[in-house]
Amino acid sequence: MPAVEVDNIAKSFKDKLAVDALSLSVSRNEIFGLIGPNGAGKTTTIRMMMDIIKPDSGGITILDEKLSEASKNKLGYLPEERGLYRKLKVIDSIIYLASLKGMDRRSAEEKADRLLGQTGMLPAKNKRIEELSKGMAQIIQFIVTIIHDPELVILDEPYTALDPVNTELLKSIVLDLRNEGKAIILSTHQMNQVEELCDRILMINNGRAVLYGNLREIKAKYRSHSVIVDAEGELGQVPGVSQKRDHKGYVEMVLDGNTTPKQVLERLVSAGMTINRFEVATPSLNEIFLEVAGKNHE
Amino acid sequence: MNKTFLIFRHEFLRTIRRTGFIILTLALPVLALVAIGIFHIASGTPSAPAQIQNIGYVDEVGVFDQVTTQGNINFVRFDTTEAATQALLDKDITEYFIIPPDFVSTEVIDRFITQKEFTPSQSIIDAIKNFTSSNLLAGKVSTDVITRVEGSLNLQTTTLTSTGAVAPQQGGYANFIVPGIFSLLLVLSLIFSSTYVLQSLGEEKENRLMEILLSSVSTRQLLAGKVLGLGAAGLLQVIVWVISLPLLLHLASSTIGGFLSNIQIPANFWAFGIIYFILGYLLFAVLSASVASVTSTVQEGQGIAGIYTLSAVWPLWFVSLLLIFPNSPVWVAFSIFPFSAPVLVMMRLGLTGVPAWQLATSMIVLALFVLGGLALSARLLRTYMLMYGKRPNLREIIRGLRTA
Repeated sequence: MPAVEVDNIAKSFKDKLAVDALSLSVSRNEIFGLIGPNGAGKTTTIRMMMDIIKPDSGGITILDEKLSEASKNKLGYLPEERGLYRKLKVIDSIIYLASLKGMDRRSAEEKADRLLGQTGMLPAKNKRIEELSKGMAQIIQFIVTIIHDPELVILDEPYTALDPVNTELLKSIVLDLRNEGKAIILSTHQMNQVEELCDRILMINNGRAVLYGNLREIKAKYRSHSVIVDAEGELGQVPGVSQKRDHKGYVEMVLDGNTTPKQVLERLVSAGMTINRFEVATPSLNEIFLEVAGKNHE
Repeated sequence: MNKTFLIFRHEFLRTIRRTGFIILTLALPVLALVAIGIFHIASGTPSAPAQIQNIGYVDEVGVFDQVTTQGNINFVRFDTTEAATQALLDKDITEYFIIPPDFVSTEVIDRFITQKEFTPSQSIIDAIKNFTSSNLLAGKVSTDVITRVEGSLNLQTTTLTSTGAVAPQQGGYANFIVPGIFSLLLVLSLIFSSTYVLQSLGEEKENRLMEILLSSVSTRQLLAGKVLGLGAAGLLQVIVWVISLPLLLHLASSTIGGFLSNIQIPANFWAFGIIYFILGYLLFAVLSASVASVTSTVQEGQGIAGIYTLSAVWPLWFVSLLLIFPNSPVWVAFSIFPFSAPVLVMMRLGLTGVPAWQLATSMIVLALFVLGGLALSARLLRTYMLMYGKRPNLREIIRGLRTA
C-alpha cells in the first residue's frame, strides 16, 4: 500500500479553484517531488494531506488510513511558512513540539541531543530562538520535523535559507530517511534539488496535475532527439543531422526522424573525427518546468 | 499524554512566569501590606504591643492612684514634672503625661514624648482614657459599670426597606470597598487573561508557528488547551486575591480599626466572584481567539479587542450612580448583558441583594454566549489562522464561516 493516496481531490477558496481533480500516490522508500509555479496549489494540496484544511471533494489516505489525530504523530511536516517560539530556548522548543507528536520528555531530549550533534547545533542548545540566524533556526525546524521518527515526511522548500554545507547535510539526512523506508514528499522550486533527490514527481499548474510519474521517464519523454558533440576540428556535413546549433565548447546536432544517436556516432568516428564528448541531449527539469508551465500559462 | 493537556500546561507555565502576570497578581496583597505598614510607622504603633510598657504620669488632682495598669501598660506615678522628665530621658518610661488640677472640668491632659509621631496610637489613647475614668470612678460605682464605661460602644445598625421590613442586604457603603476593589481587579484580570489568548495565538500566527502546530493537533485541541491554560493562570490570580483580600481586611480592621472593622461581605460573594471570573474569562477568551484568527498582527488584534473589553470596564465609570440606585432597571438589564455582567453583578452584590432570578439569568446568558463564541472561534481559527496579509472584511468572514 502506498504511504499517501490522494484521489481526485478539489478545493476552492472564494471563487478561485485552488486544486482541481488532483490524484497522486507516494510510496514508502521514495522521495516524491511536488513542483509547480507560485500559486499552483502545492501548499493547498499539502495542507489537505495534513488535514489542516478539508478538501471540497475527493479522498485522502495517509499511511493506510484516513488521517486522524493519532496518525498525525506518524507525520513530520516542515511548512514553507514556518517559525518557532522566539523567546523559548532551542531545547525547550524542540521538546514541546516533540511532545505534541507523542514523545515523552526524556526520549525527546535524548533524540534532540543526537540530532543537534549531527547538525553541529549542540552549542546552540540553550540559546533562545531569537538569538539564532535564519539558517540555524531552519535546521532546528528540520530537527522538529523528524525528531519523532515519522513514517511520512513532508518538506516544503526545506533548503531556502541554508548555506551549501548545511544544504548538503540536510540532503544526506533526507536520503538516509528514504533509505530507512520513509516516504518523503519534497515541495520546492529548486529543480536541481528535485533532479538530484527525487524518484518520482508531480508538477501542478493552476491546481491541476500537468506532469506525473518517474523522473527519468519524464525526462526521456521530453528528450529533444538531438546529441551534444565536442569534437576536434570542423564537423562538416553529417548524414542524418537536420540542424546544427553552435554553443560555447560543443555543438548540438538535431537528428532527423530516421537516425539514431548511435548511427551519428559511428559516422563521426568513421569520418576520422576525434570525439572528446558525445551524449544524448536531455532537457533539464528546469527546462521542462518552464516549457510546461509556459504552455499552461499561454 | 493528552495533547490538550500538553498545550494547557505549556500555556499555563509560560503565563505564570511572565513578569507582568507576577506583578499584577502580587500587587494587591503587597500594596495592602505596605499600606498597613505605613499606617503603623506613621502612627507610631508597634505592630505587636506584647511587651510591658511603662508610662509615667504626674497627678496634680491627687486621685489617680487606685488603678495603675491597663493591659500591657503600667502607669508609674511621679511627684514632679522634673522627675518624670528625667525618667523619660533615662528611658525608664516611654512617655509621660500630666493630669492638671482642672482635668475634670477641662478633660485636658498634657503628654510628653521623645520620638516624633503622626498621631498618638489608638491603644495609648484608650489606655490613658480608661486609666483616668477607672480612677475617677473607683469606689463610687460597681466594677461592671467601670467595665462598661471603658468598653467600646457596640452599635448595631439595621437597614429597613420602604415597607419597614428588615432589608435583606445590611451594611453601609463601606461594604462596597471590597467588592469595588475586587471588581476593578476582576476587570484587569479579564482583560489581561483574554489579552494573553490574543497574544499567544497572534504570536503563533505572526511567527508562522501555526501550521507546524496544526500538523500535530486539531484546531479544537489547540483552542481548548490555550483557553483553559491561560484561564487557569487567570483563575490562580483571582484565587490569590480572593484568599488575600479577607486576610488583609482582617489585618487592617484589627490594627487600623475604624469603619474597616464594620465591613460585612456577603458569604456568597467570593463564590460568585470565581463563577463570574470563569464565565467572563471564557467569553472574552473565545472572542480574543476569534479576533486573533482574522487579524494579521498582535497589534491589530489588540486594537479590535479594545472595543469589547470596554464593555466590561464601563460599569466602573458609573459607580456613583450604582451606589445611589443599585437596583435600577438599567443596571438589572446590564447585569444580564453578558459583556458587562461579570463586573456589574459583582459590584451590585456588594451593595444590594441581587435577586436569584437575575443571577441565574445572567449566568445562563453568559454560558450560552460562551458556547456560541466557542463554536464561532473554532471555525474562524480553522478558516483564517493560516491566512496572512490583508484582514478579511465582515462579508468575507460570514462567507468563510459558511464554508468552514
